[in-house]
Order: sequence, then C-alpha cells, then structure tokens
Amino acid sequence: MIEFRTVTKRFPDGTVAVDEFSLVIPARQTTVLVGSSGSGKTTLLRMINRMVDKTSGEIEIDGESIYRLNPVKLRRSIGYVMQNSGLLPHRKVIDNVATVPLLNGVSKADARQGALELLDTVGLDRSLADRYPSQLSGGQQQRVGVARGLAADPNILLMDEPFGAVDPIVRAELQQELIRIQRELGKTIVFVTHDIDEAFLLGDQVVLLEKGGRIAQEGTPAEILSKPANDFVATFIGADRGRRALSVEVVNGRNVVVDADGRPTGVLQ
Amino acid sequence: MNWVVNNFGLVWSLTLTQVALAVPPIILGFVISLPLGWVANRFRLTRGALLTISGLLYTIPSLPLFIALPAILGTGILDPVNVVVGLTIYAVALMVRQTADALASVDPDTKQAATAMGYSGWSRFWKVEFPLAGPVLLAGLRVVSVSTVSLVSIGSVIGVTSLGYLFLNGLQRDIPGEVISGIVATLVIAIVFDLILVGIGRLLMPWTRADRRLSRRRVPEVPPVVAVNA
Amino acid sequence: MNFIVQGIQWIFDPARWSGPGDIQSRILEQLAYTFGAVAIAAVIAIPVGLLIGHTGKGRDVAVSLSGGLRALPSLGLLIIFALLIGIGFKAPLLAFVILAIPPVLSGAYAGIEAVDKRTVDAARAMGMTEWRVLTKVEVPLGAPLIVAGIRSGVLQVVATATLAYFASGGALGVFIDDGLATRNYVELLGASIVVTALALILEGIFALAQRLIVPRGVTAGQVKDVRTRPVRSRSTMGSPIQEGK
Repeated sequence: MIEFRTVTKRFPDGTVAVDEFSLVIPARQTTVLVGSSGSGKTTLLRMINRMVDKTSGEIEIDGESIYRLNPVKLRRSIGYVMQNSGLLPHRKVIDNVATVPLLNGVSKADARQGALELLDTVGLDRSLADRYPSQLSGGQQQRVGVARGLAADPNILLMDEPFGAVDPIVRAELQQELIRIQRELGKTIVFVTHDIDEAFLLGDQVVLLEKGGRIAQEGTPAEILSKPANDFVATFIGADRGRRALSVEVVNGRNVVVDADGRPTGVLQ
Repeated sequence: MNWVVNNFGLVWSLTLTQVALAVPPIILGFVISLPLGWVANRFRLTRGALLTISGLLYTIPSLPLFIALPAILGTGILDPVNVVVGLTIYAVALMVRQTADALASVDPDTKQAATAMGYSGWSRFWKVEFPLAGPVLLAGLRVVSVSTVSLVSIGSVIGVTSLGYLFLNGLQRDIPGEVISGIVATLVIAIVFDLILVGIGRLLMPWTRADRRLSRRRVPEVPPVVAVNA
Repeated sequence: MNFIVQGIQWIFDPARWSGPGDIQSRILEQLAYTFGAVAIAAVIAIPVGLLIGHTGKGRDVAVSLSGGLRALPSLGLLIIFALLIGIGFKAPLLAFVILAIPPVLSGAYAGIEAVDKRTVDAARAMGMTEWRVLTKVEVPLGAPLIVAGIRSGVLQVVATATLAYFASGGALGVFIDDGLATRNYVELLGASIVVTALALILEGIFALAQRLIVPRGVTAGQVKDVRTRPVRSRSTMGSPIQEGK
C-alpha cells in the first residue's frame, strides 16, 4: 500500500505541480493515474521512488515513510519502467535486465539466470539476450524495460507511459501482456498514462487528475463510466461520444449494440 | 605599463595590421565553405571525401604551412599572402564541416513543408535552409574568428609583421610589458570581432532572440572540441 | 615542388640522424612536450569537466573560460612565460598545458552532456548511486567525445611545441630557428614536413582510438519501430522535471 498525505510539490521556478495531494494506492492491484499534460501525474509517480522530492507532506509505503530510507536503496526496491524503455545502450539485453540485482549484490551467475527467466516472463526469446538494445524493435525494447523493472522482484512497479511511443498494434499487444503478467505476479502497479482507454483497460483503480494534481474522480472503470463525478470527467472519458454512449437496436430479432454514431459494435448475448 | 604608454602608436598600427590580416580569411572562409558545405551535406559520397580532406588540412600545423606555401604558390617567404592563404585554408577546413552540420540541423519537416508550399530548390535554400542554418553557421564563424585572430601572430616568426612582432621584440629586449601588450591587443581584437559577429547574428536572425531559453536549448554552443593549431 | 623534394631529402640525409642535435631526439622532445602537457592538462581538466557535465553546474564559467583561453596567442603566451620564469623546458610546458586545457575540458563536459538524459534518468531510477551513474553510464557513453577533446589537445600541442625553441626548449623548432638564421629554406621545409607528419600520424592514431572506444551497443544495427522523437519532450525527463506548467 502506498499512501500520499497532503503532498505538495513546488518546482524551483515556482510552478506547483502537485498541491495538497492525498491518495491511497492499494497493494497488489493496478492503479492508473490518468490526466492530460500538466496534471502532475508523472511528478506523482516519480515522487514514489524519490526521483522527485516533495516540498511538503508525507508519502508512506506499507506505513513507513519513504523519507526515512536512503533514496538509492529505495529505488533499488521499486521497479521503474519508462516511456522510451530507458535501457543502457552500451549494455546487452541480459546485462540491462540484470542491472538492479547486481546493484543489490546478487552474484553475477544468479543475476544472469534470473534475467533469462524474466525474458520468458515478458515473452521475449532467450536468443535476444546477447543483443544490444539498439538491435531490438521498439516493442521488444519496451518488454526488456518491463523485465528490468521486475528484475529485483519488487513489490511495487512504477510505469510511466511505458507504451506511449510504440505503434497501436504493438501497444495493444504489450497491454495484453501486462495484464497477463499482472495476473501471474500480482504486483502493486502504479501506471501513468494520458490515454483514458488504456487506463480503463489496465486499471483496477483509475485516478483521474486535473491540473495541479487535483483528483477529479477515483474509482473502478465501471464506477467512473457509470457515474462521472462532473463535466470535466464526462468530457475526459468521452461519456457522451462514440463507443462510450452505446444503445441497443433490434435487428433481425437480435439485440445489436450501436455506438453514438449508430455504428454497430457487437451483439448482446 | 610604461612601455605601452610610450609605444602606443606602434601597438595601434600593429593592431590594424593584425586586423587587416585576419579579416580576409574569415570572410573568404565563410564564402568558400558555403557551396562546399552544401555539397558535403547533399551527397553521401562527397560528404566523406570533403570532410576527410578538410580534417586533414586542419591537422597541418600553421607554422609549417606558412613555410611551405611559398614553395607551392611561388610567393616570396615574407609575402603576407602566405599568411592570408594559410589562415583561409584553416577557416575553410573548419567551416566546411560546420556548414554541412548546420544545413543538416535544419528540421527535415520544415524543408518538406517549404517544398510542399512551392519553393524551388534555389529559393528554398536561400529563403529557408540558409536562414535556419544561421545559428550553427554563426557558432562556427565565431570559432574561426577567434582562432584566426590568434594565429595571425605566428606569421611574424617567418617575418610577416603583425602583433607577433611585439612578442619577438619583447623577448629579444626582455620587455615583458611589450609581450603582454601584444597578448592583450590580440584578446581585444578577438573580443571585438566576436561582439561584431554576435551583433550581426542578432540583426539578421531576430527569431533566435524571441525565446532565449528555447534557442539556447536548440542551438549548439560553439562546437566544443576544436583545435587551434599553432 | 622541387623544394618539397629537397625538403624530404633533407629529412633522410644520414647526417640528420646522427651526432648531437640529431632529428630523432628533437622528435622525442616534441612528443614529450605533447604528451607531458596533455597529461597534465587531463589530470586537471577531466575531473573538472566530468563534474561540470554531471552536475550541470559551472557550465557557463567553463564555456567562457575555455573560449577566453582559446583566444590567447600561443606564441605570446610561451614568450611571456619564458621571460617570467626563465628559459628551459618549464616555460614551454606551462604554456602548452594552458593551451591543452580548453579542448580537454570542453571534451569532458560535452561528452557527459551528450549522453541521453533519459538514459541517465533511468539509471538513477534503478537505484544507481551518483558515482555509479557517472562511472558506469555517463563516462562510457560520453567516452568518444572525451577522447575527442584529448585528441584535439594533442593536435594543438604537437603543432605548437615547434615554438618551444623561443624559450631554448628544444624540439623540432630548433631546425626552423636554424633555417631562418641561415636562410636555408630547404631546412625550414624539411622540419615543417616532419612536424606535419607527426601531427598527421597522431591524428590517425587518435581517430582510430576514438572509433574503437564507441560502446558496441551504440554502433550496433538500428532496427526500430519506435517513433524517432519521443511523444513527450525530452526536457520532461530531466531532473527537475517540468510538468505542471
């Protein structure tokens, strides 16, 4: 469980990225922070592993303040996956995945063995282990990024728009893969995105953020879809448009579901 | 200090000589490199060849070059033309690469947009690519200017008079003040030239001033790693 | 061209290679200045450059300082040191160290700065200490530019070392001094060819070294289906990040 208590972040240039933010992120579930740029979602994520330090407030993991820990140690215990995979270009795939275990003092042989197993977990062929990141496709790089995030077997995995830079087909593939991995591993995942569809697809909880880290609404996708808290949320999730506004038409005796434009999307069973 | 006061006329006239020797190579270097840099940037094959040649030319130390040029050009060894030609060679060697890089730095999307709007190749170069390459070209010119100004004095070793005379004469007569005045005069010329170049840049490229933070991020500084060969 | 041939003949004249003041000891002196000065400059400038590159602090000072040092006329610098601390090898060496510092310094900080900020960010997020980020990520990835700075310093000093004779410091300039005094153009040319050859050889060695030092993963083939430009601007990834505007 991760808990934010009245956390404020003011950058040196005076901008307030996050203002008195409070949130409880439950363990072993996926929580998605979603919002447009300027909503402070990345700042919030990076505060959890102290890549960004708070101005005031308190952040706790399982009841313990993260500010009592050495930031370097803290980071080694939390997985982090970023948009561009952030792989070290001068190290082979296997060494990239093994980086954090090695930092934690695991023996080289064990770290490499663990890394090979992780390649299986994220659906990568072991033959890619000796390639350099630049020799992989964007989707493969992103999988390596996820493997690296999982390498130290952390309880918490932070994901910062990890699928933002790959094409839609690969993105859909990676999203399904993440759902599968999460079903197997049950990590506490905090996922940041600006894509509401991705948020609804992956999130057990979705937290919709407005400017300055104000929570517009939090809840399960179904709760948010069924009862948008205000106009901002309704507009953001597109409640009145396209696939969100479905209705039923009877065609040839079957109940056909159509979207706001009257295009059929499926048949009710 | 006493020495400077008594010999101000000499320092001033040598400063003017130094300026007269430094300006032609800077201008010639820019003008000659423009087509060469364009060719280097445009075609893969010429790029390798031109950049290798300019790299090698840049490697030749200046004193040997000043000494060898009379044998190649048929000029007298005391002829100031040797120094001007030698420094022009360095300016070209440096600016060809910089021009190629400058043209390569222009956003391909912008170039395509310009073509799509109906610019012909020639007018696209002068109206779009050249101005947008301006900041990087200017950065290169500033390096050329500084190195040219400081290299002119090497010519005095083979007898082409410039501020270098103050160094040699100061050494012979053991007058540190004379040597220092030569160094200071060289620095002053370099600074004045630099200010003039920056001023010209602001005048001709007002858009680079619009958002200083943005331009600082996009425009590379004076290329960080360049040698000034003596 | 005739002169050039004579110059080359002058170099290979057996008399040149024997007795006191033979050409090989002058070449060694030239190289000793070069590597001595660059080594001293590197000891001073590389740690400072790495620090500037890593922290981003003091960059403006370093840029203007190296710019200013570059504008110094090498001949004037050497002669003023000769007058102030006396003739011998110390004055030229000091002058050459000062000449070598700007390129080595800017190579060091430019090398670190050139490393993708997102890579550094990722390394830090994984839990690398600042020291590890510097030594395991920034230095290996920035090495080509760091070496380029040293290469630039070496080229500069190997050329300028010719002037050491003004402080009675030996090296290949001794032949130029002699050639000027005796109006022996062939000797001037011969010495010039040797200096140029030295510079070209060192340039070649360093060009090779620089190619070898590029980390393998960086040169490895590039197959990508990621968009070349990140969806989010790079500046967001630096620290401090700039979201929330």
